[in-house]
Amino acid sequence: MNTTIAALTFRALLGRRRVLLLLPMPALLIGLTLIAQSSPAFIDEWGPVVFAQLGLGVILPLTALVVGSSVLGLEIEDGTITHLLTKPLPRHEIIVAKLAVAWSVTTVATAVPLTAAALITGSAALAAGLVLGAAVGALAYTAGFLALSLLTRRPVAVGLVYIILWENLLTTFVAGTRILSIREQAVALSDSVAGTTWLPTHLNPVAALILAAVLTAIGILGATARLRSYSLSGETS
Amino acid sequence: MITVELTNVSRWYGNVVAVNDVTLTVRPGVTGLLGPNGAGKTTVLHMIAGLLGPSQGTVLIDGKPSFRNPDIYRTLGLVTENEGVPGFLTAWEFVLVGARLHKLPDPESAARRALDIVELGDAVNRRISTYSKGMRQRTRVAAALVHDPAVLILDEPFNGMDPRQRLHMMDLLHRMGADGRTILFSSHILEEVEQLSGVVQVIVAGRLAASGDYRHIRRLMTNRPHVFLIQSSDDRRLATVLMGQISVSAVELDPAGLQVRANDYGTFTRALSTVARHHSIRLTGVLPSDESLEDVFSYLVAQ
Repeated sequence: MNTTIAALTFRALLGRRRVLLLLPMPALLIGLTLIAQSSPAFIDEWGPVVFAQLGLGVILPLTALVVGSSVLGLEIEDGTITHLLTKPLPRHEIIVAKLAVAWSVTTVATAVPLTAAALITGSAALAAGLVLGAAVGALAYTAGFLALSLLTRRPVAVGLVYIILWENLLTTFVAGTRILSIREQAVALSDSVAGTTWLPTHLNPVAALILAAVLTAIGILGATARLRSYSLSGETS
Repeated sequence: MITVELTNVSRWYGNVVAVNDVTLTVRPGVTGLLGPNGAGKTTVLHMIAGLLGPSQGTVLIDGKPSFRNPDIYRTLGLVTENEGVPGFLTAWEFVLVGARLHKLPDPESAARRALDIVELGDAVNRRISTYSKGMRQRTRVAAALVHDPAVLILDEPFNGMDPRQRLHMMDLLHRMGADGRTILFSSHILEEVEQLSGVVQVIVAGRLAASGDYRHIRRLMTNRPHVFLIQSSDDRRLATVLMGQISVSAVELDPAGLQVRANDYGTFTRALSTVARHHSIRLTGVLPSDESLEDVFSYLVAQ
């Protein structure tokens, strides 16, 4: 992996104000868990809402969207991508380094609060399951959003449409759309390790893992192909 | 020694043709790409640098296509006009990152050498976000030179530079050209091109308007028809006499004075004073009418 690109991307990403967007969501997750845990309500009632719907259904995709669309997208926006493009680097090397950064940042930013929340309920298995789901989900999500940042000028908008319309709306009405929902894959994988009833899943974990791998591969290949024939646009004087 | 070759290159964006059937060869030495703003200079440079594919035709660097071929960046350096520079880095870090991405055997000394060339001094350890426009420009030049490229492409390199930096930059390009490197830079200012390069390619409205030695281009430019506004003690009589001059092609009586169209700048300006003195007409004003660079270029296109 190209560590120079990765190190530069880390600095660029963590130096941006945009990264602050990642802070309130984990705080919300941990806060809600604390409140729910101390309330008389049963965990069977709030568990699915906090871990599946909020944790893997909202925090994971939104974090991946902010990070995945930024690692290369910010450089496209401010024009510094020219520096990267005018180097004798195979384009997959750039994509892999960018994805590695996006994946690790997203995984840390989601797995840490999810683990904390799971440990509040006292279940180490739940924590392990959520870390697995978050890690695999983060990879598929960031690969997709990284590709989106090269395919469209509005990766955040398109990403939100996928998260809200496809994963949260369409999957509840049309069962077949679930196989292309990264959220479903993350929940299925988490559930296979956690062994609780709080992660309602419709997918077999093996299928989920294969589907996540396929989506990741499509994202990487798509992004690489797109970067290979990337054309500088804008000023044409 | 590397040659850049464009053959019947066109580039369009939707219905807009930015570059239209350009064929030109850039040889070792310094070549200027001259043209008014919006003529398609940047598009041509981006196509040469492989950042844009031609819609038609071929762009070859040392016989190899430049688009979708990252390997050309081993021999090519590019300084674009206003691309961003990551402000959170210092110039030293920025150029060093460039050297590392080029996978040079000794990135530190390559970065030091490139930064020495542009003479940023102590500022190399300051964040780029604190730099002036000229300093950013020089940082980008250093980054483009870090791998000692045989081909250097610069888009409006003198924009935002003060006169001293400009001289320094010209000197640098001169030396690199004399070393046998292939250097192509764009400019919309004739004087810059004239001072720096023997060979000029003139591009107007996406087409190659003129190509060759700058003296030839210069002659085309100075010998073009000029329009003067002349005020005198007796405009009407001056008009009659001027019409007798071979160097004058048209005279128009205007409330503000005489509008005179001259075929030849030199002959006319010499003839004017002689004729006026001979007929005892006092000249109170001789103004070359404002001609935009665009007019000059469109005249060249018509040639």
